[in-house]
Amino acid sequence: MGINRRDFLRVTGVGTLLGLGGGVVRELGIVKRVEAGTYQPQPNALTARRWAMVVDMRKCLEKVNQDGCQDCILACHAVHNVPKIQDPKHEVKWLWKEPYENTFPSQHHEFTEERLHGQPFLALCNHCDKPPCVRVCPTQATFRRPDGIVVMDYHRCIGCRYCMAACPYGSRSFNWSDPRKALEADKTNPGFPTRTKGVVEKCNFCDERLAEGLPPRCVEVCTVKALTFGDLEDPESDVRKLLRSYYTVQRKPELGTKPEIFYIV
Amino acid sequence: MYDAGKILTGLLLFLCLITSPIWYNLAAGKADTKPDPKLPAQEKECVAARDVIVATHMSLLNTWRDKVVRGADREYVTAGGKVFPLSLSEGCMKCHANKAEFCDACHNYVAVSPYCWDCHVEPKENK
Repeated sequence: MGINRRDFLRVTGVGTLLGLGGGVVRELGIVKRVEAGTYQPQPNALTARRWAMVVDMRKCLEKVNQDGCQDCILACHAVHNVPKIQDPKHEVKWLWKEPYENTFPSQHHEFTEERLHGQPFLALCNHCDKPPCVRVCPTQATFRRPDGIVVMDYHRCIGCRYCMAACPYGSRSFNWSDPRKALEADKTNPGFPTRTKGVVEKCNFCDERLAEGLPPRCVEVCTVKALTFGDLEDPESDVRKLLRSYYTVQRKPELGTKPEIFYIV
Repeated sequence: MYDAGKILTGLLLFLCLITSPIWYNLAAGKADTKPDPKLPAQEKECVAARDVIVATHMSLLNTWRDKVVRGADREYVTAGGKVFPLSLSEGCMKCHANKAEFCDACHNYVAVSPYCWDCHVEPKENK
């Protein structure tokens, strides 16, 4: 049995038409589309062109030396379900205390003021203007938002830890084990996800709270008002007023990462 | 054929054994049990029509995830004007509060295990 040229052309022609027709059927809406509604931000969301923070270490250290205050750290870690792991090789931290010499290795010298020696400075993600972690991330799980916050999409993180190698501030932690094991189940904040084993995490400047119109949790709980949060592009914002009136320093500015966290020492 | 009786009996036994789970389920009346996810009693309106959600909730959730994590939008306004937060815990699970009776009902039936709850905290009722 053979096929002649005419029949062959007929069969292929009809087949092509059917193939092309499939797309049309879809376009006509026979296959239903998901989206019928619209999306919008939450009505009272806080917005800025460049979020930044000023840490007044004079106020902070006074309180810390009085009573070993760590209100902001505990509050931050509670609201973001950050696991408490003692082993320093495996610990996870969003907000923590770092000795002065390690916080500002290039500013400190042999004869630095004695009141600063070994003092615990508050450290967190610097939400750099030029974030090296974002440059190295192979999956774009870490990215810089238009308002300057460097955030992570934990769904995309593949745990390669390039960002940890790139971050000069040690602001990133890797989950070597299931973080839920180190979290007390009854104290987990159900409004914020935990992370999973094999994912990197870091401070997110409370983007989930800003979306609801709330300031970052650390700023909110600080009883001595040592933390000030605001828009760097707004000349009348609280952070700009502080930056105008006091001498401030950034961590490792010589690296050109342009940190958005400023310290009044 | 030599030993036809033995071979045929053996084959019959083998067929019976290998299909026994099917017969068992048919006898127990479980063969055509469709999953029956429990819908919330009070709330009638969801983010989309039921058949659309059944077919496309996975891509809907993916879209929502990207909107929240990578964009600025955190609310969804349905064609009818109802506003829903784009959130598993504050959105979906506010009405469908029982994961076992809602999500798991179908997911177990079709043997898929999405990893949402590896990170997202499931509602308290389940624990």
